[in-house]
Amino acid sequence: MSPLIEVTKKDVVSETWEEPFYLNMGPQHPSTHGVLRIVLHLEGETIVDCDPIVGYLHRGVEKLGENLNYNQAIILSDRLDYIASVANNTAFALAFEKIFNLKVPRRAQLLRTIVCEMARICNHLLWLATHALDIGAMTVFLYCFRDREWLLNVFEKICGARLTHSYVRVGGVRLDFTSEIIDELYKFTEEFPNRILDYETLIDVNRIWLKRTKGIAVVSAEEAINLGLTGPCLRGSGVPYDVRKFRPYDAYEEVSFIVPTGKNGDTYDRYRVRMEELRQANSIIRQCLDKLPETEGQPVVADNAPDLLIPEKRKSAVALPHPKKGYFFKAKEEDVVPPGEAFASIESPKGELAVYVVSDGSNKPWRLRIRTPSFVHISAIPDLTRGHLIADLVAIIGTLDVVLGDSDR
Amino acid sequence: MEELLQELQEKFSTVILTVETAKKDLPTLICKREGFLEFIKYLKEEKGFDYLIDLCGVDYLNYKYKNFEERFEVVYHLYSIPNKHFLRIKVRISESDCWQYSVTPLYKTANWFERECYDMFGIRFKGHPDLRRVLMPPDWEGYPLRKDYPLFLEPEKDWEPYKELVEKYQKERGS
Amino acid sequence: MEWSSWYSIIFNFILMVIACLVVAGIGLLHVAYLTYAERKIIARMQQRLGPNRVGPRGLLQPFADMIKLLGKEDLTPSGVDKPIFWTAPLISLVCAGTGLALIPLWSKFVLSNINVGLLFILALSALSSYGVILSGWGSNSRYAFLGGLRASAQVISYEIAMSLSLLSVVLMAGSLNLQDIVKAQLNTPYKIYIIPQIVAFVVFIISAIAECNRTPFDLPECENELVAGYFVEYAAMKFSIFYLAEYFGMIVMSALAVTCFLGGWAGPFEIPYVPFFWFLVKLYLLLFFYIWVRATLPRYRYDQLMGLGWKVLIPVALANLFVTAVFKLIL
Repeated sequence: MSPLIEVTKKDVVSETWEEPFYLNMGPQHPSTHGVLRIVLHLEGETIVDCDPIVGYLHRGVEKLGENLNYNQAIILSDRLDYIASVANNTAFALAFEKIFNLKVPRRAQLLRTIVCEMARICNHLLWLATHALDIGAMTVFLYCFRDREWLLNVFEKICGARLTHSYVRVGGVRLDFTSEIIDELYKFTEEFPNRILDYETLIDVNRIWLKRTKGIAVVSAEEAINLGLTGPCLRGSGVPYDVRKFRPYDAYEEVSFIVPTGKNGDTYDRYRVRMEELRQANSIIRQCLDKLPETEGQPVVADNAPDLLIPEKRKSAVALPHPKKGYFFKAKEEDVVPPGEAFASIESPKGELAVYVVSDGSNKPWRLRIRTPSFVHISAIPDLTRGHLIADLVAIIGTLDVVLGDSDR
Repeated sequence: MEELLQELQEKFSTVILTVETAKKDLPTLICKREGFLEFIKYLKEEKGFDYLIDLCGVDYLNYKYKNFEERFEVVYHLYSIPNKHFLRIKVRISESDCWQYSVTPLYKTANWFERECYDMFGIRFKGHPDLRRVLMPPDWEGYPLRKDYPLFLEPEKDWEPYKELVEKYQKERGS
Repeated sequence: MEWSSWYSIIFNFILMVIACLVVAGIGLLHVAYLTYAERKIIARMQQRLGPNRVGPRGLLQPFADMIKLLGKEDLTPSGVDKPIFWTAPLISLVCAGTGLALIPLWSKFVLSNINVGLLFILALSALSSYGVILSGWGSNSRYAFLGGLRASAQVISYEIAMSLSLLSVVLMAGSLNLQDIVKAQLNTPYKIYIIPQIVAFVVFIISAIAECNRTPFDLPECENELVAGYFVEYAAMKFSIFYLAEYFGMIVMSALAVTCFLGGWAGPFEIPYVPFFWFLVKLYLLLFFYIWVRATLPRYRYDQLMGLGWKVLIPVALANLFVTAVFKLIL
């Protein structure tokens, strides 16, 4: 039981003691982004303390992953952060490729980079939409959804799914881009910067928006690192930590982009960082698209990539000396997958998404650990909200960009 | 990086059991539980390992290539943002003495990671300010990510609070 | 008394009832189509279609909504304070709707031409906060409670700013009777008070939005923080009464602004046979403004809202009142 709730049971017979005012926010609440539940201890409208309670969407993905084979586990990853599922696919695939010792073909790397940045744009658009809606600006919501719809349609052309893509597989990607998709993406990248200007004119110079976001939930650089905030939340505090730059994966070494950072570490700076990231993502997609013709016709999956259904056992014949007939063959069980452990992390749109896999040689991972940004960000909510008002709590949940599927796994 | 590892090995020879670098994606240190807190504190304060990426438990019950006795491992992934150093630290914990020192006072991130580790493996963390379950309900029995935890529960075993709720409701209805 | 005087009393009474019914009916129709207009206009601003299924261009949508709300089960949660819970919506509706009787729609048409009309409307809008507070209290829900608290604080502080801004109008007109205020406006060289009293008009519009609990001041019912604020526990008919009251409040406040600042029924030229024409045009423009604001602006925070009320609007309105009084003395 939460220690916050236990306080109410205390029978204090003092005249000055007042019963604390508790407010149970969630799990069904319009602005907790899913099934996040927060028990608030209020004094008037000020939050004295709060206790986020997660687990309402716990599906046991880690346990499930230990009982499915590697390629099946990637499909589970779609269900984590269902807004940018390609990013999760990539994180899983990168970790598994380290286990399998695979080298991904260059074209597949470029395609992965493109879809990851597309997912970033999708995610940030949805974030902007819901964040603005939480603060009360309704129109931005629909403008963002209009553009997100465009990208989702492109995703549908790429892999047939709009949200749960499963586009990335161990050793590459499932399908190559058609010329139609490339044309559509060129059109999108041409148009999208103007759309960003649209959103900015709607809220950037709005006095109420500035009042609601400036100076809210200020995190210093050291505290942000200590709290484990990653992604735009960390960069808003001025730390230029970005996995794409610090430990590059896929084709991020080839493309040039800048990592935007904020100064004050408040909600407004995080908003600015994300808006800038939208532009950067757009330019990354553009650069990768320009590089695609060089790799025309190359395979998109590594040659030695495992089949989609990895066999449970593999047996090979071993010749042993026979006491009478010279020698005989004996079946020996071999490892399907090299044993060992691997750690891979990517810069998912929400923050650092890390996967730690331990393999025991069978076709299933022995341990599949997923470090998701939302889980860490939710754990930081009490430290960020103390002393703020209820209205700010809503803005803070929005600015941390949490998805409960990502947090609860 | 190698200098750092060497220095660490010399300075904390009682804590660090082995250092594995070959065939690994990251330099891996296997540590003893005793003296672990000082070691981590040194890493954080002197060597700039300011960012705890991940903390998780692993259950090695009946693992094929196991070369140690203890059942559990707690794995820390530490990163130093200023120096770009990456370390994996493992602490092995036996089932009968199932606890580990908490690093929450050093890294606030570890708070929920340790709660999750306790939730899933039953490893207690000494010095944790608020150790209770995170993802599973507070009255859940067993530790789901342990290898001996059954994949399917008996269907007739209802969740206790739900049963109570139904009974209470039926009683209210009856009266 | 003679029979003829009895007849005239009865005749007048029947006439009055008919006039009341007509105004109430027209008011209800306006409320219904205000919701439709709001949905359609906001949809247009947000690049979507809005209601378009019921009737041509969705014109029957308000009636469909009404039938749906009436047909729903009228739930009363078990923990509520029942008498308060039931009366609160009625208080809201009566206080919001009665104001319509005092507005002079035309020089010859006003339901109740009393000498303290302005004061009466202000009193009514202050009373309507009781509906909100009582529903928040009686619901026995924490969200509703917080919404009720916010509403009471907000309505009280914005009431002051609104009264002060209207007081300068009263100073200029020299009367509290709404009809006299309009006539006094027509006698000034500007014809409408918005020109000399532009500051008071801005203060009035901002506080009117706050009085009606509309975005960006919709804190008592703000969906994203308090789910629905004070009427979170209400359903079906009781909920729709709150809804009705909110839109009635909007119409009354806009009509008051038209009367006090925009010259009431008067227009640049006469439209034959449609005496209400200019009044309605001005009213619709103001209502459109309300809707436009809702589509554009984010929501204020509670303390910022109070700060705006006490630190900006009330001093500005006071200064404006002072300047008006000085001018009145000099001229």
